[in-house]
Amino acid sequence: MRSKRLEMLYKTLIKEHSNNPSNKKSLADATGEIELFNPSCGDLIVVQFKLDGDILTEVCFEGQGCAISMASASMMSELMQGKTLNEVNNLIETFYQLVQGNEDIDTESLKDAVYLEGVSKFPTRIRCATLSWHALEQGLEEYE
Amino acid sequence: MTTNWEKIRIDFPILNRTVNDQPLIYMDNAATTQKPKQVIQAISHFYENYNSNVYRGVHTLSGEATQVYEDSRQKVANFIHARQKEEIIFTKGTTASINHLAQMLASEVAAGDEILLTYMEHHSNIIPWQQLAQKVKAKLVYVDITDDGKINLEDYKNKLNKKTKIVSFTHVSNILGTINPVQEMTKLAHEKKAIVIVDGAQAVPHFPVNMQELNVDYYAFSGHKMLGPTGIGVLYGKKEWLEKLEPAEFGGEMIELVKEEESTWASLPNKFEAGTPDISGAIGLGAAIDYLEAIGMENIKKHEEDLLVYLYKKLIKIDGLEIYGPRNLQDHSGVVSFNLQGIHPHDLATALDLEGIAIRAGHHCGQLLMRQLDVVATSRISLYFYNTKEEVDQLIQALEKAKEFFIS
Repeated sequence: MRSKRLEMLYKTLIKEHSNNPSNKKSLADATGEIELFNPSCGDLIVVQFKLDGDILTEVCFEGQGCAISMASASMMSELMQGKTLNEVNNLIETFYQLVQGNEDIDTESLKDAVYLEGVSKFPTRIRCATLSWHALEQGLEEYE
Repeated sequence: MTTNWEKIRIDFPILNRTVNDQPLIYMDNAATTQKPKQVIQAISHFYENYNSNVYRGVHTLSGEATQVYEDSRQKVANFIHARQKEEIIFTKGTTASINHLAQMLASEVAAGDEILLTYMEHHSNIIPWQQLAQKVKAKLVYVDITDDGKINLEDYKNKLNKKTKIVSFTHVSNILGTINPVQEMTKLAHEKKAIVIVDGAQAVPHFPVNMQELNVDYYAFSGHKMLGPTGIGVLYGKKEWLEKLEPAEFGGEMIELVKEEESTWASLPNKFEAGTPDISGAIGLGAAIDYLEAIGMENIKKHEEDLLVYLYKKLIKIDGLEIYGPRNLQDHSGVVSFNLQGIHPHDLATALDLEGIAIRAGHHCGQLLMRQLDVVATSRISLYFYNTKEEVDQLIQALEKAKEFFIS
């Protein structure tokens, strides 16, 4: 019963993403870059992105963190590839709604990141899940 | 006298509750301790029977409140062997005590002077000194720690010099559990005429502390880490120092004669307690001290050492578990920081929480030490006398289970 609850949070796909994260590398020719620190746990994440006009052509990240934050960054980086800035902002907002337990959202648009919905039952871990998304959001704001 | 440690648990109502359908196992005592009903009742008793402001009234209630508030001050003085109760200033907690000191000592530090700290300090014993140093252009110097998590005494001796005006360090590390040689370090600092300040937040709750033996100039600690309520803490200072210092806060009850342009200050300790103090907090702290003394601090110390050895022996058998801090458990309080290879502390803390076990994960307000250890975060178990060997067994089982879940 108890391990089931742990499995509810750490679904297999989350473990796969955290063990083998996508786009965990540095970009030589990034358009923008942001470093975000989670003061509660000390985790640091660096998110880099490349823009071609209005299109986000690449998102990469580096850093150390818990399984939730690393998996989330990996899922986010995959999801955002090729999206317009408008789509990116909508997806970020949709993800914030997801981890706060809002069921009235377009979950399919989030692709793998939808597996992080379990985080909504663990309020102390929401910040781990949203760290990379906040980083991208802030990075794009600063760029504009 | 033998203590029935199982029976003592009945005094702590919270230890009866469940967390995630499991009996609570509370091992985050370095963050805050649980409260026995004796403390909770002392606080309700005050509010239900003699609530009023202290010093200000001639009426009966005020007299009673003042009496119990001052009795608490005396209890604190006796507990840490201060010479008299005027050396005990009530504050909000350790952080407030150190902040007040850093402000009050500003006049003692000039440009180019040095303030000596160590790499194992809690942020509360770093940031106030950074602020002071920036203000007066003094220099902050940090003493290294050894590979096994002790203060490097050679480095300490080397860094103490004529320019060192203030030395401030922790009695017990809130991350490594290291018990520092306060007496020896104080003596060395006094030889250089430096003022010695010690953060006792993780010491006073766990073993006897004696101001006359330690001979420090100032000592700070918190009520809530020793069974008392949050919001009450202590700043101890030698009377001859406190008499010389100017207060950091001004207002009611700290004055003697008020004129239009200037005023004179009340005598100790009121000079440093402007405004209505945390009366119920002080009364709660007094009740906590009564409770601790009824068990006996030597007794508590031995029991916690026993629990620590039991825990430590089991932890070192877990494959892939790295413990930080002294290997020699003689210099070790019941605080143990560790990492399980391949599992981030936050993931581990969530897994343990699902088993009803509360531990801390993160940097524990010690970012400088984390960098020294070359880790981002650790998991921390911190014991108190109400923990049991059975709880330790369950913790070990839960750690093994978490390892299996995350690593397989």
